[in-house]
This record gives sequence, structure tokens and C-alpha cells, in this order.
Amino acid sequence: MSSSAAAAELAVQAKQIALAGDGYWRGVFRRLLRDKVTMFCAFVLLCMLLAILFAPLLAPHDPYQGSMIRRLRPIGTENYPLGTDELGRDILTRLLYGGRLSWFMGILPVVLAFVIGTTLGVIAGFVGGRVNMLIMRMTDVFYAFPSVLLAIAISGALGAGIANAILSLTIVFIPPIIRVAESVTTGVRNLDFVEAARASGASALTIVRVHVLGNVLGPIFIYATSLISVCMILASGLSFLGLGTRPPEPEWGLMLNTLRTAIYVQPWVAVLPGACIFVTSICFNLVSDGLRQAMDVKG
Amino acid sequence: MFYYLIRRVLYAIPIALAVGFVCFMLVQIAPGDPINAIVPPDAPADVVEQVKRDYGLDQPLAVQFGIWLMKVVQGDLGRSLATGRPVWADLSTAIANTLTLAAFASLIGFSAGVVLGGLAGTFRGSVIDRLAVSTAVAGVSVPHYWLGMVLVVIFSVQLNLLPAMGAGPGGSADWAWDWEHFQHLILPAVTLSVIPMGIVTRTVRGIVAEIMNQEFVVALRAKGLTGWGVFQHVVKNAAPNVLAVMGLQLGYLMGGSILVETVFSWPGTGLLLNSAIFQRDLPVLQGTILVLAMFFVALNLIVDLLQTALDPRIKRF
Repeated sequence: MSSSAAAAELAVQAKQIALAGDGYWRGVFRRLLRDKVTMFCAFVLLCMLLAILFAPLLAPHDPYQGSMIRRLRPIGTENYPLGTDELGRDILTRLLYGGRLSWFMGILPVVLAFVIGTTLGVIAGFVGGRVNMLIMRMTDVFYAFPSVLLAIAISGALGAGIANAILSLTIVFIPPIIRVAESVTTGVRNLDFVEAARASGASALTIVRVHVLGNVLGPIFIYATSLISVCMILASGLSFLGLGTRPPEPEWGLMLNTLRTAIYVQPWVAVLPGACIFVTSICFNLVSDGLRQAMDVKG
Repeated sequence: MFYYLIRRVLYAIPIALAVGFVCFMLVQIAPGDPINAIVPPDAPADVVEQVKRDYGLDQPLAVQFGIWLMKVVQGDLGRSLATGRPVWADLSTAIANTLTLAAFASLIGFSAGVVLGGLAGTFRGSVIDRLAVSTAVAGVSVPHYWLGMVLVVIFSVQLNLLPAMGAGPGGSADWAWDWEHFQHLILPAVTLSVIPMGIVTRTVRGIVAEIMNQEFVVALRAKGLTGWGVFQHVVKNAAPNVLAVMGLQLGYLMGGSILVETVFSWPGTGLLLNSAIFQRDLPVLQGTILVLAMFFVALNLIVDLLQTALDPRIKRF
């Protein structure tokens, strides 16, 4: 390509960017809108979120009110479109209410781990030296446990309960976030503009706030969103083992556990809560993948 | 090379010690005084004091850890509070069962993952690529305890083809290599294989696609090498990284099989952990987690060493 053609090409690109009034976020947003899979999954998640938020309005029955005479009805029963559980409670109602705890326990640990892990990781990456050594060697220890095992070990020792489950899941997700935060911060720390800011007399805090965080939060955030799917499966898994929520509280993992004995009577009713976990988890995974591509984060 | 080996092995020691400390702390963070598990609540105060001295519970935490560590190193994991039997006695058979399950599951998951990922990486953008990518996403997103239930519903309840529970006929916990036992292995192993299959597919696809884009592949083609010859070069280049991922996945299977074992009542470490959690049998919980975590540490070490042996360019540290 001749130099004049290349220059013309560049000019066209520049014009396109200028015409679009392009900020970085606008570009991200435009790419997201074009990504059909991501938009579909985001739509499904939005519907689910609205459904569980407005569960009291949507649910046809009381989530705790059972009846011995209508136990384990099949899917399609009149008034009970998704059947009833082993205590005669409406499955649809309990799925709607159950989503609240499942989502809460799937998202909150990741948010907590994001805050704590990013703080520690950025400190480790920016300060370096001994502080880095100390923080990173500690994460190495937690890396020596398979994540499922660590979550079960901690909540198994602490005992059942929502708070303990959230605590143990947060501990599980902090080390991987620290690792990502540390590696991106180390990468940014040595870039020229940070050097320039330092040379112009900016304090460490200002450099971190203005120059480092702006550049590292994106990749860490993307990584954290990819953990939501895992966290949801693990959280429901803890409840499935009897370590998370306690009966009669509706939660997808716990419902799956209590319905397990019913697989010989109403097999398709019994597997419904798990299908909800699966759909949520796969949608979060695909949205996270879509975000990663739209924000052009590698890794 | 030699120094790298020594350093890598030495590095595993503090990690193993720290892992031991975390396991030791599990009992400490558990609510309630550990003494309550040993003596009845109405025991006289001087008896409680005596027992505390006998068990070393009156010592500072660091000393207690030292005593515990000495015992563990000698293979004494304590006694189960529920059965009174040594923890190791139950644990050893459970580990053998979990290993059988994990090995079989990884065999399925790894072969499927390598084939799918390899094809997808070679034929980017084709139907098989899309199929592989969807399978991989589904594999890592599926709650495997639920998948286990669905498989039971299909193959045991509806079709009545395979047993739904246990490791052998009559609920026996001892594994044997015959068809009767093998039938019990199929469903849990397939269930467990889904996650490593997804991850291995993803990894192999990425690595193969990257290698196929490199110049040396073009050079090989230009030299006149076709299918099989190029394939050999790709395998050689992909092997170290793929192996590393597989090693980690095997470790995750060992530690992560608890949910699947619970669904299928497979008499492995997961079922042991599950009952220990319910009976608040902390020595069993601690011992099982310690052994599984140590297995994971050892596996990480082996993978690193193997990777270095396969690809001398890798000298991390």
C-alpha cells in the first residue's frame, strides 16, 4: 500500500471515529449491541432479575404454605403449573423466591472479593518489594487448595448458614482476583505515563487513583464477572450439601437437595431448580465473555 | 535445570506447611471449644483440666500446631469423633475410590476435550468449532450435581439401564474390576468429566489455533509436509501447556468430587466429608481436607517438573 493510500485510510478511520463521537465506552456499548448472543443472555438475566425482584407480585402461592394432600404433583397441574414439592408447596412460587437467595449468594461474594482482592492486588503490584512478596505468597497458599474443597472446608468447619457460606466463598475468590489485579498493576506501573506523573510530582495516592485504577479496573472487573457463574454454582452447591441456606427457606440448591428423594416419583419436577441454576450460570458466563470481547481485554 | 528442580521441590515445602496450618486452623475456627467434643458437658472441672493437659490443649497455638504436625507427619490423623476409629483407616479406602472415579472421569473428559478442542482449533469458524465452543461453555456452566441427577433420571429412572447409587452391587464400598462395579462407575464418571472436558476443550482450542497461526507451520507446509507431519509438530508444541491444565484439572476432580459423590452415594472422600460435616466430626473433616490438599500440592509439583522436562525453555521462578 502506498503511503498516500495509507494516509487516506487513516483519515477515513479518524473521520468515522469523530463522526461516531466515539468515547471508549460508546465503542464498547456499540460492540455489545451488535453481539446477539450477549444481548440475548443479558435479556434473559434481566427478565430473571425482574422476576425474582417482583416475586411477591408474580408468585401465585405462598412459598412456605404446604399441604399434605397435594404433594409432588406433576408439571402442568391446574393452579400449579410447575407442580408441587415434597411438602406440597408450589414449585413456581418457590423458584421465584428461591432465585433471590441464589442470586444474592452468587453475586455478593464476588463483589466482596472484588473489593478486597483489587485493593490487595493493586497494593502488591504498585508497592512491590516485600509487600508484594508477603501478599503473593499468602495467595499461593490458598491456590494450593482446589476451590470447591476450600469453600466446603471453611463452611464445613464454621457450620451451616448463609453468612458462613458467603464468608467462605469470599475467601475462595479473593486469591484469584489478587493475582489478576497484581499482574495488571505491575504491567501499568512501569508505563511511561506513570513515570511522567511521578516526575511531575504527583503523590503515590494520586497516581494510583488517577492513572493506575483507571487502567486496571476494567480487566479485573471482567475477570470478576466471569467468577459469578462459578460462585453461583458453588453457592447452590453448598446449599445442596446442607451448608448454605436452611429449610424451609427457598433456594435453588437447597430445593434441588430436598427434591432429590422425589426423582422416582416426579423426576422432571425434581430437576427444575437445577435447570434454573444452569440457565443463570451459562448466561452470566456468556455475558462475561461478550463483555471481555467488547472491552477488548485479553487473557 | 538441576538447580531449578531443587528449588521447585524446596519451594513446595513451605507451601505444604502453610496448607497444613490452614487445615489445622479449620478446627480452631469451628464454633465451640474443641474440649466439648472430647468430654461430656457435665464433666467436673478438674477432669476437664486433666484432659486439656493430656491433649495439649492448654499449650499456646503454635505449640499445638507443632504437636499436631509431628503426629500428622507420622501418619496419625487422629480419631473420628463419631466412630472412634483412626481417621486414616476410613480415609484410605475412600481415597482409593475417589481416585478411581477421578481417573476414569479425567480419562473421558481429557480425551473428549483434546479431540474437540484440537478439531476446533484446526478448523476455526467451522460447524465443529461452534459445536466445541458451545460444549465448552455448557461444560463449565453446568452445576454438575444437577447434571448427575438428570442423568440418573434418564438412565436409571426412565430407561432403567444403569444403577443410580453406590460403587457396587448391594451398596458395597469395595471397588473391584468387573462389569457389575464398572456399571456403577459410568454415570458418576461421566457427570464428573463435564467440567474438565469444557476446560480442556477451551485450552486446546486456543493453543492449537495459536500454533497453527505461527510462521513455522507455514514453513512446514511450504517444505511439503502434509497432515500427519504438521500434526506431530503441533502436538509437540501444545503438549506442555495442555498437560499443565490437565494436571490441575485432575487435582480439582479429586477435591471437587464431593457434590457428585453425594448425588451418587459414591463411597469416596466426598461422601466421607459430607457425613463428617453432618456429624460435626472435625478430625475426619480436617484429615480428609489435609490429604486432598497435599495431593493437590504434590500434583502441582509433578506438573511443573514434567512441564520443564518436556519444554526446557520454561524456567519459571
